Amino acid sequence: MSVKTDLTETKFNELEAYMETIPVKKGELIRVLHKAQGIFGYLPEEVQKYVAKKMNVSTAKVFGVVSFYSYFTMKPKGEHDIAICLGTACYVRGAEKILDAIKRETGIEVGETSADGKFSITGLRCVGACGLAPVVMVNDKVYGRLTADMIKGIIDNYR
Amino acid sequence: MANYNTHVLVCGGTGCISAESDLIIENIEKQLVEEGMADSVQVLKTGCFGFCEKGPIVKILPDNTFYVQVTPDDATELVKEHIVKGRKVERLLFTDPETKEKVSDSKNMDFYKKQLRIALRNCGIIDPDKIEDYIARDGYSALGKVLTEMTQDELIDIMKASGLRGRGGGGFPTGLKWNFAKGYASDQKYVICNADEGDPGAFMDRSILEGDPHSIVEAMAINGYAIGATIGKVYIRAEYPLAIKRLEKAIDDAREYGLLGEDIMGTGFNFDIDLTYGAGAFVCGEETALIHSMEGERGEPTTKPPFPAESGYWGKPTNVNNVETFANVPVIILKGADWFASIGSEKSKGTKVFALAGKINNVGLIEVPMGTTLREVIYDIGGGIKDGKKFKSVQTGGPSGGCLTAKDLDTPIDYDNLIAKGSMMGSGGMIVMDEDDCMVSVAKFYLQFTEEESCGKCTPCRVGTKRLSELLELITEGKGEMKHLDELKHLSRVIKDTALCGLGQTAPNPVLSTMEAFADEYLAHIKDGKCPAGQCKNLLEYKVLEDKCIGCTACARVCPVNCISGEVKKLHVIDQSACIKCGACMDKCKFDAIIKQ
Amino acid sequence: MAKIKSFAELKKIKEQVQTRVELREKGENINDLIQIKVAMATCGIASGAREIMNYMIDELASEGVDNVVITQTGCMGYCYAEPTIEVTIPGKESVIYGDVTEAKALEIIQKHIVNGEMVDGIIPATHKTIE
Repeated sequence: MSVKTDLTETKFNELEAYMETIPVKKGELIRVLHKAQGIFGYLPEEVQKYVAKKMNVSTAKVFGVVSFYSYFTMKPKGEHDIAICLGTACYVRGAEKILDAIKRETGIEVGETSADGKFSITGLRCVGACGLAPVVMVNDKVYGRLTADMIKGIIDNYR
Repeated sequence: MANYNTHVLVCGGTGCISAESDLIIENIEKQLVEEGMADSVQVLKTGCFGFCEKGPIVKILPDNTFYVQVTPDDATELVKEHIVKGRKVERLLFTDPETKEKVSDSKNMDFYKKQLRIALRNCGIIDPDKIEDYIARDGYSALGKVLTEMTQDELIDIMKASGLRGRGGGGFPTGLKWNFAKGYASDQKYVICNADEGDPGAFMDRSILEGDPHSIVEAMAINGYAIGATIGKVYIRAEYPLAIKRLEKAIDDAREYGLLGEDIMGTGFNFDIDLTYGAGAFVCGEETALIHSMEGERGEPTTKPPFPAESGYWGKPTNVNNVETFANVPVIILKGADWFASIGSEKSKGTKVFALAGKINNVGLIEVPMGTTLREVIYDIGGGIKDGKKFKSVQTGGPSGGCLTAKDLDTPIDYDNLIAKGSMMGSGGMIVMDEDDCMVSVAKFYLQFTEEESCGKCTPCRVGTKRLSELLELITEGKGEMKHLDELKHLSRVIKDTALCGLGQTAPNPVLSTMEAFADEYLAHIKDGKCPAGQCKNLLEYKVLEDKCIGCTACARVCPVNCISGEVKKLHVIDQSACIKCGACMDKCKFDAIIKQ
Repeated sequence: MAKIKSFAELKKIKEQVQTRVELREKGENINDLIQIKVAMATCGIASGAREIMNYMIDELASEGVDNVVITQTGCMGYCYAEPTIEVTIPGKESVIYGDVTEAKALEIIQKHIVNGEMVDGIIPATHKTIE
C-alpha cells in the first residue's frame, strides 16, 4: 500500500493557508498539528518537516511534540478505525476480552493498520459512555454493552 | 413566544447520544408535527441526567415522568400515549430493583434521593445551547453581583469562607489560590480552566461542559475579576468534540450579550475567553505541565515554586482551576459562603461529583455532599453490585488513587479521609469491583497506564513505573517470587519520595493499597500459582464437567480457535495447549458445565 | 441581540425569560403543586379545550398564580360535558368540571384555585386512575 500518495500538494496548500491565518506563531505548534492531522489523517515525517520549516522550529521539536501526545499519530489509520475504550470502567466490565476478539478478527494489534488498509485499532482512554461499558467505536458509531461473541458480526458489517 | 405547556427533555450527554438520543429527538418532533402539537410541546436536548446505566433518558414535564432506556422506536408511543392521551408508558418507566415497582418520578428513585446537585444543578434542566435558559436560572447574576457590589478582596474572602477546595484532585483551597494570583502585580494575568480530564473512567467535567457550559464561562469571568486578569483560556481535550462545540457556542453567545468582552454590563471590566486544545496526555492535568502544553510544548511539569500564581502562562501570574471547581463558584456567590460551608464535612465543604462505574447496577454521574459514606453511594445510589455478586473493592482517585475495601464502607468520603485510607479523591472516578476482579491485575492495569503516560522527564517515574508494571506482569503470569513483593514495596516508596510531580509521586498508590488490602491475593498468585478471582489467564484452566455436559456442541461452535472437540450428545473436551482462555465457551454454556479454576 | 449594558438590564432579561424554565423547575416539585389536567382528545379539542387551556395558562400568569401546573391529558370519558378539566389540590380529592367556558375557567381560577372554594359545574367522577 502506498501511503505517500495521500500527501498531495493540495493538502499542503490547505495547511499553508491555515498557518497564514495565525499571525503570531509562538505557542501555536499544537494547534497547527491538530489541523495538519485533520487534513492528512496522520502526521508522517514529511508533514512534520514541513510544519517545522513553516513554524521556524526544529524538526526535532516537532517530533518531540508529536510523539508526546497520544492524539497524534504517525501512521495512517485504516478505512475503518476500530477504537476500543480501555478506560477503567470498560476494563472491569471485560474490555480485555473484547479487545482479544477484535485482534483475532482483524489480525492486528492496537496501533496497527491491516495490510489491506481496511482496519486499524486504536485504544481510547475513556469515551465517557461508562453506562454502556464495554464500548467500541467503529468510525463514529458507538457499540455498547458488548460481549466477545458480538464482535465478529460488528466487524463483518464493515468488510 | 410559543405557548409551550409540555417540555420533553432528552439527554444529550455523550453516553446517551452514543445510544442514539439524537434520533429519539428527531422522531418525537416528527410525531408531534403529525399530531399537530409542535407548537405546544417543546423538545429540548439537555446535559447529562447522570443515570447513564439506564440511558437514553427522556423526561416529560410538568408531570415529571422519567423514562429510561428509550429507543428511537419508542418515540411514537411516547407522543401518542403520554403527550396526547396523558397516559404513562409503563414499560419505559424505571423499575425499582428491590421492590420491582415502577417509579415514574425521578425524585422517588434511590439513585436521586441522596444526591445534592450543585455543580450539576443545571444539567438535565436547561438546554445548554440556549443562553436564555441559563439566565433564567440566575445565570450571570453572580457575575453581575460581583462586578457591581464587591471589591476583589470581598470576593476572595467569600471564596475563602466557603471552604471550596480544588475538585481536580489536589484539594487546594480555591480562595487561597485566587488570593496568591491576585497578590502578584503584572501587566497581564491569566485565568485557565483545566478541562483536560484524563482520568480513565471519569467524565464529570465533560458532562458539566456539555450540560452547563455557561456556568464555566461565568465563573472564569468572576475569577478574572478577583485576580485582575482579562484573558481566560480553557485547555480542553480534543477528544471531547461535543463539549468543545457547546463551550464555543456559549462563549460566542456570552460575547454577543455583552457578558464577555469589553465593558461587561457597563462596569468597565473586560474579560474574554478562548480555547486551547489538548492532545491527550494524562500528565497535563498537572498545572505546570498543562501550561507548557498550552505554550505548544511537550507537556512536561516543572518544579514548584515558582507556582503559576507567580509565573504561569508565558511567565505571567496565572490561576488554574478545573471545571467542577469553577461550576461551584456562581452558586457560592449567589447563595453565600455560609450556605456552602454548611454542606459537607468539617474540612471538605460542599459536594463532589463522582463517575460511578464498574460492577454496579446504576452506573452514572452522581453528586453527593462531602461526608456521604461509600455504603450510601454504592448501595443506596448505585443500587448495589451487578448480578448479585459480592462487593470486593472500590477504586477512587484513578491512577493516582487506591483501592478501598468492605471495611471502609462506612467511611465518610472527603479529601482527608480518603488520603488517610491510602487513596485520594482525585477527579472523582469511582470504580466498583466485585469478586471476579483480580486486584493484582487492577494494579497492573493502572501501572501500565501511568507507564504509558509518564512524560519521561524524571527517572523515578519514567523507569520506576515501567519496573513496577513488569513486576506485576510477572506475578499475573504466574512467574512471581516472594522477593518481588519486597521489590514492589521498596520501589514504590522510592518513586513516591523522588518523582518530580504529582503523577509520579502518586503512581505507586494502586500497588501499595492493593498490596495492603489484598495481600493474600498477591500470595495466592505467587505461592499457589492461582488467581482467586479467576482473571489471570496464565493461572487458570477452563474445564468441562463430565456430569453436566450434555454434548449440545454450543461451546465447540463458539470457540474461536476450535480447540473444543466432542461428538453430539457426548462429553466435550478442551484442548488446553490450544486454549486461549477467552471464556467464550463458559459464557455460552447453558448447563454450567464449563468452569474455570 | 443588543449587548446587556448593566446588571439591572440582566435582571430584567431574566424576568422576561423566566418562564422558559419555570415549567421544568415546577415539575421538580409537582406533588406540592395544584394540577389542572385538560382533556384533549379529539372531541375535547373540537369543543375548544385547547383554547381553554391556553386561556388558563395566560390567566394564571396574569393573576400571578404560580403554584399551578397545567397539563393536557387524553379523553376522560365525559363526552357529554366537553371541555372538561380536572383540578387536583395536593392532599385533596380531585374534582372534575364539565362544559368549561372562559368565564367558568376564570371562576375556577379565582375561587377554587386561589381560595379553595368549589364552584358550580362539578360533574360526578365516575372513574379512578391508578398510578
